Amino acid sequence: METPDNLFYTKTHEWAKIEGNLARLGITDYAQASLGDVVFVECSAKGEMCKQSKHFATVESVKAASDIYAPLSGRIIKVNQELKDKPELINQSPYKKGWLVLIEIENEKEKDSLLNSSAYSEYIKEL
Amino acid sequence: MQAELKTTPLIKVHRSLGAKLAPFGGWLMPIQYTGIIAEHNWTRYSCSLFDICHMGEFIIYGKSDKSNLEKIITVNLTKMPVNSCRYGFMLQDNGGIVDDVIIYKLREDKWMIVVNAANIDTDEAHLRNYLSKECKLENVSDRLGKLDLQGRFSRSILKEIAGNNIIKLKYYAFDYFMFLGEKSIISRTGYTGELGYELYLSSKNIESLWNLLLKNDKVRAAGLGARNTLRLEMCLPLYGQDIDRDTTPKEAGLEKFVDFNKDFIGKNALVKKKKEGKVGRQLAYFITDSRRAPRSGYKIYSQGKNVGIVTSGSFSPSLLYGIGMGYIELSYNQIGNRITLKESNIEIEAKIVNKPFYRNGSLKE
Repeated sequence: METPDNLFYTKTHEWAKIEGNLARLGITDYAQASLGDVVFVECSAKGEMCKQSKHFATVESVKAASDIYAPLSGRIIKVNQELKDKPELINQSPYKKGWLVLIEIENEKEKDSLLNSSAYSEYIKEL
Repeated sequence: MQAELKTTPLIKVHRSLGAKLAPFGGWLMPIQYTGIIAEHNWTRYSCSLFDICHMGEFIIYGKSDKSNLEKIITVNLTKMPVNSCRYGFMLQDNGGIVDDVIIYKLREDKWMIVVNAANIDTDEAHLRNYLSKECKLENVSDRLGKLDLQGRFSRSILKEIAGNNIIKLKYYAFDYFMFLGEKSIISRTGYTGELGYELYLSSKNIESLWNLLLKNDKVRAAGLGARNTLRLEMCLPLYGQDIDRDTTPKEAGLEKFVDFNKDFIGKNALVKKKKEGKVGRQLAYFITDSRRAPRSGYKIYSQGKNVGIVTSGSFSPSLLYGIGMGYIELSYNQIGNRITLKESNIEIEAKIVNKPFYRNGSLKE
């Protein structure tokens, strides 16, 4: 299971990539593998706020619809439009092409509550 | 307390293929190997092999009338030719469905009944309760394995290993074939909407048969995930989800598998309900306006009113939109009617349609 070094993770299997005062959010390799084939993605719209640990997106696989929780709070400034026609990008490339939204970080301190790559990979080993 | 999950003779094979395993009806079963969509499509366009060893089989000795079997199964057994099989129900006295089964007429006085895995014990009790005392019943579920080979190439693939007689098999007929020195039953039946066969062989030989079939490049293993989306596209019900003891064949739209010209357990209740006009709900089939899928338990709304509940649903890999079925108040079950499916923050627009959803299968080719 891939867990890139430069990302922060949640125990609910989302990731955040910090890019200056912005953060890109998505779901982890572990999450996409357990969901199976992703067929539909719905994110809160551009301009809306997402709140740490709160639902900001829904990802549906063939098997089930899953709530996705924000690793960090902030205003959504971009939504990955490519997922509309190609939701399978989440399976194929969960950390790159399969990102969900880009947000303006509201409170940088929130990242202290997130797991780093080695902590997260330890965590999923025990699941 | 959760009882320990049972496994089929192929559990090691599934593990070595990297299958994702999950509980189903008390069994630890392969849900997928590579992915549900890929396995679904492979079944539609080539051929898939399913481990269905979890299902139960009973052998019953006795003529249909003397054994009382004619009263236990809702289809007419006397009229069935030997070497044919039929889909039908076992009902409670009140008309509720105990199980949906396939019954094989092996001889005028010998039958095989194939039942759902989760119901093996309750079905056996039901059968023993109603079969006449002198009639012998054998539960062979543990020693008989079952593989489903489904897809447009299944006939030509089986011909290579079972011989030319496979070509003669008509829909819902079966015959005997030699595999590994064992006489096995193959019926032209299935749960996918594709041309396909169900193969019954002793558990000890199942792994060899599995490997033999998978040697063909056109055949790939498929799990219960794809089996579910395939059967859903054909609007075939799943016991425990779409039908159960609280539903009747009429409500499930499956009355054509009930012969009212004969006597059977549950008949009086069904006739009475019909006379009193008590059939208030019906299984409806609907498609969504998007790729969002109906899911079991979502509430069905029409004109702002809660009129039913979803029993099964999924994204349709063949049609690329959501499909589902569920019980809905009779007056709302009109083709073309708009409905909304709701569950917490989810709201999905859908439309009632005719069954089946998918019409391009090779089933009767």
